Amino acid sequence: MVSDMNEETKQAVLNYTIRLGDDAVVIGHRIAEWCRNAPFLEEDLALSNVALDFIGRARMFYGYAEELADDGRKEDYFAYMRDHREYQNLLIMELPRGDFAYTMVRQLLVDVFNLYYLEQLISSTDETLAAIAGKAIKETRYHLRRSHEWVLRLGLGTDESKIRAQKAVDDIWGFTHELFDLDELEQQMADAGIGVDNRSLQQDWSAKVKSILEEASLIVPEDSWKVKGGREGYHTEYLGQMLNEMQCVHRANPGLEW
Amino acid sequence: MVEIDQQQKFQNKIDAEIKIEPKDWMPEAYRKNLIRQISQHAHSEVIGMQPEGNWITRAPSLRRKAILLAKVQDEGGHGLYLYSTAETLGITREEMINALQDGSARYASIFNYPTQTWADVGAIGWLVDGAAIVNQISLQRTSYGPYSRSMVRICKEESFHQRQGYELMLTLSRGSEAQKAMAQDSLNRFYWPSLMMFGPHDTESAHSASSMKWKVKRETNDDLRQKFIDQTAPQIEFLGLQHPDKDLKWNDEKGQFDSGEINWDEFWRVINGDGHCNRQRVQHHINAHKEGAWVREAMASYQQKKKSKAA
Amino acid sequence: MSAENLQLFEIFLRSRRGLDHKHVGSLHAEDHEQALEYARDVYTRRSEGVSIWVVKSDDICASQEDDSESFYDPSNDKPYRLATYYQLPDEVNNM
Repeated sequence: MVSDMNEETKQAVLNYTIRLGDDAVVIGHRIAEWCRNAPFLEEDLALSNVALDFIGRARMFYGYAEELADDGRKEDYFAYMRDHREYQNLLIMELPRGDFAYTMVRQLLVDVFNLYYLEQLISSTDETLAAIAGKAIKETRYHLRRSHEWVLRLGLGTDESKIRAQKAVDDIWGFTHELFDLDELEQQMADAGIGVDNRSLQQDWSAKVKSILEEASLIVPEDSWKVKGGREGYHTEYLGQMLNEMQCVHRANPGLEW
Repeated sequence: MVEIDQQQKFQNKIDAEIKIEPKDWMPEAYRKNLIRQISQHAHSEVIGMQPEGNWITRAPSLRRKAILLAKVQDEGGHGLYLYSTAETLGITREEMINALQDGSARYASIFNYPTQTWADVGAIGWLVDGAAIVNQISLQRTSYGPYSRSMVRICKEESFHQRQGYELMLTLSRGSEAQKAMAQDSLNRFYWPSLMMFGPHDTESAHSASSMKWKVKRETNDDLRQKFIDQTAPQIEFLGLQHPDKDLKWNDEKGQFDSGEINWDEFWRVINGDGHCNRQRVQHHINAHKEGAWVREAMASYQQKKKSKAA
Repeated sequence: MSAENLQLFEIFLRSRRGLDHKHVGSLHAEDHEQALEYARDVYTRRSEGVSIWVVKSDDICASQEDDSESFYDPSNDKPYRLATYYQLPDEVNNM
């Protein structure tokens, strides 16, 4: 319960929760960019559903942040009034939508991560985070079912789809290491039983991702490059551009109801 | 002789309000008329995703972002329902999409207007969807069974579209001066084009007579337009915005509003290519479709491989 | 050509436990699996269903209007199959 937390814990949980909100809103925004651009109409609808799940998830995390902050900052403050240097999402979430293979490969890598992450977060001692995880994991199981099948179709489809899928794997791979880092805040949250020890997820994640990529006859890349920094606000150029667009109307007339 | 007999039987069914179903005999002209109308309706839903989709990335709150995305997604869903309805008449989605892309099939001309501000999302939901609903409620009674059933489902879903649009306009018109001005500007730009959505006056409409006889259409363009004018006037007043039609006046005798004349020159100009977005809309559809070709090919090839493996 | 290689599937939804599956429309998909997923995304956006059936449109064999005389008229003269055919005294009429 928020009322039982001491000030220091409350701040830590707040920061931790904001990060989870950032992850969800950023990838939700990216997937939503597909709406009216998908390869056929059924897929426009399916991708929009996935995007809606993530936007809904962001609203739950930011809603909880609003409660924890208890200082008048609302859900939309967290989404719209923070600069990209303040955003703390993992870098993989902010990468552009790219082509359909890029989107689906990123989705696979993120969905498998979310699956194991949420399985742990469900047993968080923080009841709100546990409850959000309980709802989110059902969505993630469906997302993964889709991204898994799509990676198979692309990897085993035509020469072109295989080339595109492999290129996506190669171009995104270096951004996956960050998923299993733990900074001071995350360590503290994991120790307190509130957050998740991401390091403990890496083995399961690697095994599952590798087996799916192999099933799709795609090559698992060497760990030759690693990009990190999302949790410290050290982002790619893509995020600044994305937020400029996302926040422009809200910021042109700040503090209003929409 | 047999043909005449069939014609008579068919018209008797229509006159008795018996629905026509896919496997029934129907005059070729009825089938063609339906395909034209339903596919045009489907294309309108799909092309209609673009003007509002233009604002998904910029929606000013997360709540609005989710609502807008769900709404644009619904338009895609409605396009899909309608394509599948038209497919019961023996045309494929592929053929319909080709016709859209080569310009031989039309879509609602309203979507050739640009969405310039966030308020346009509200105006479209309220006015454009509002006008569409007036038309679609009437089409729930259309003589072709699958079309009628699609209309029932679509109307149910679309009432959310109109309400979210009006709620958005209400928020803006109760907001800051800038927000209110934005709402007024949007209303000014979308009011008249919404009236044009009902099509030309009954006396000028090419397809009206046979559509009415076959009960594909149930009410005339002008009657439906009048309903929309009458329902919209008090809504504008409630928002506290200026009515864009300076000649609008309540007519006690008729129990309806008298209104100013629509600029039909503009209507025909936009339909025939002078709208801000005509080329852009079709080109966008072509581009997305082309960009997706390799994905569709991959699916087909994967399916083929699975089949030959199983065999 | 949006779905040039895809097959047409008919979708049936059970809206609540205890009710029949009802035809709601069709969609394009590569196979049954994918048709099920798209049916979920296309036809249950407002929790309209608790169970989905998908059937290849080609696999549906439909009766023709021309058959209706031989198919349905014969049962018109068997009113004794209907409960309303039997007049019972009021005392036992809730049967």
